[in-house]
Amino acid sequence: MGDLRPDFVGIEALPGDLAEAVLGQSATPETVAAFRKELKLDLPPHVRYVAWLGAFVRGDFGNSLANRRPVADLISWRFANSLLLAGVTALIAVPVAVILGILAALYRNTVFDRLISMATLSTISFPEFFVAYILIALLSVRVALFPSIANINADMTLGQKLYAICLPCLTLAMVVTAHMMRQTRAAIINILASPFIEMANLKGLRRLRVVVLHAFPNALSPVINVIALNLAYLVVGVVIVEVVFVYPGLGQLLVDSVSKRDIPVVQASGLIFAATYVMLNLLADVLSIVSNPRLRNPR
Amino acid sequence: MTALLKLLRSAPFSARLGMGMVLITLLAAILAPAIAPYGETAVTGDVWLPASSSHWVGTDNLGRDLFSRLLFGARNTIAIAFLITALSFGVGTVWGFLAATVGGWIDQLLSRGVDILMAFPTLIFALMVLSVVGTSIPALVVVIALLDSTRVFRLSRAVAMDIAVMEYVEAARLRGEGLWWLMRHEILPNAMPPLVAEFGLRFCFVFLFIAALSFLGLGIQPPTADWGSMVRENAGAITFGIYTPLWPAGAIAFLTVGVNLIVDWFLHVASGLED
Repeated sequence: MGDLRPDFVGIEALPGDLAEAVLGQSATPETVAAFRKELKLDLPPHVRYVAWLGAFVRGDFGNSLANRRPVADLISWRFANSLLLAGVTALIAVPVAVILGILAALYRNTVFDRLISMATLSTISFPEFFVAYILIALLSVRVALFPSIANINADMTLGQKLYAICLPCLTLAMVVTAHMMRQTRAAIINILASPFIEMANLKGLRRLRVVVLHAFPNALSPVINVIALNLAYLVVGVVIVEVVFVYPGLGQLLVDSVSKRDIPVVQASGLIFAATYVMLNLLADVLSIVSNPRLRNPR
Repeated sequence: MTALLKLLRSAPFSARLGMGMVLITLLAAILAPAIAPYGETAVTGDVWLPASSSHWVGTDNLGRDLFSRLLFGARNTIAIAFLITALSFGVGTVWGFLAATVGGWIDQLLSRGVDILMAFPTLIFALMVLSVVGTSIPALVVVIALLDSTRVFRLSRAVAMDIAVMEYVEAARLRGEGLWWLMRHEILPNAMPPLVAEFGLRFCFVFLFIAALSFLGLGIQPPTADWGSMVRENAGAITFGIYTPLWPAGAIAFLTVGVNLIVDWFLHVASGLED
């Protein structure tokens, strides 16, 4: 519940009245008052908060101000689309990032490592839409491989949907992989400095075996943490990518509703984003405790 | 000063490259009115003209010279990002040092408050707040600076925690120095190196953040030239095989890569690692 509060208070505490914003400056005081009454804006904030929270926990998000449809209807389908995009991206990005991270740690300070470090540092610095437009220019305009607009609807089969979201997935995967790969490399190199790795080296084991069987299991705890945190980032990163590719996801809905000042939709979709983000952060903490015995037994 | 010059001379190639990139952008931003061939909002030709001798990188969606707008955009975007970062550091370090020096319930109150703010993804929070306060530049500056200062608070509190227990701080305290004096003259000079590196990182983050907001149409509003909104305005061109939006997007990437290259080297030097 603690998480619901900044959301609601944040919206409530700010100046500016929704009724005036929606009706415009030419509205008479009577119209504004009637509109406020219709939206129950004339009640004091704490009463509205309790009413809103009560409806919210029963799954009732209220109605959109722009088209009067229930917010839950607008959101559910789009949330599923956003999850599809983020899920497919995670399936590609996580294994690639871990393998690249291990390879970079294995061939540390070689040309391969330097190249990959330069490439990932640049990708991290790029805004998502730059990566997206470069991919569109290359893979959809130069070579007409994929569509530049990821338009999907409920009638499409899974295969068609996957084809439509190729470019957005690739964009997100590149950005997320760069982050995860750098942190995986750092975690493994950190472990490589410990005495048991020196012991394994002195026994004459091959480098690949040392890195994969000795260093990686011990680096698992930070790596899992990094993966969960990046998945949390992914949930937010979809917002921009969805706007670039005009993808019917929750992020696109949020941005549209913000510019339309459709507060119930903004509240509900912002809350879903925040809840997903918090859950993944929580998952990161739990997993790092599970994978590290030292954290399981407090001193 | 000589120590700084020596440090700069020992910089590896990647850091020098980064410095060059940042210098070029800063020069472009400072000299924009002098070197821009056309005005910031002057319509000078047809829509989306290709690059030519009169329009070095072509024109934009309204027929304005893209090169001139890139120069003015550098000026606007960098100035605003710098202002926000400076404000966020001002707020973040003061509260962070205060929490570390005083401790007790003030520290608890500030830290838990920051925890709540940080539990929320920044972009989503900013979108929700901006939907209510509107997207004027002062609102943008204050909202982003406050959101960003939570990160600065965390770092400056952690750094100041280690410094606040040092003997020289204790000595100053026993001498009867006030809280502000302790923070300003004992803690701040010793906390400078990590804070400077963080300033670069935060600047990068804020810069990308404004670009993202402007790209979503909720940041700096037209007709002010700004790299993020220039990408948005010209986004439609890409499906016709016209690469106009890649120029402002590339300019953003150019600056952030430059800053990251420098910060990477700085962190490397500060950590004292050999490889």
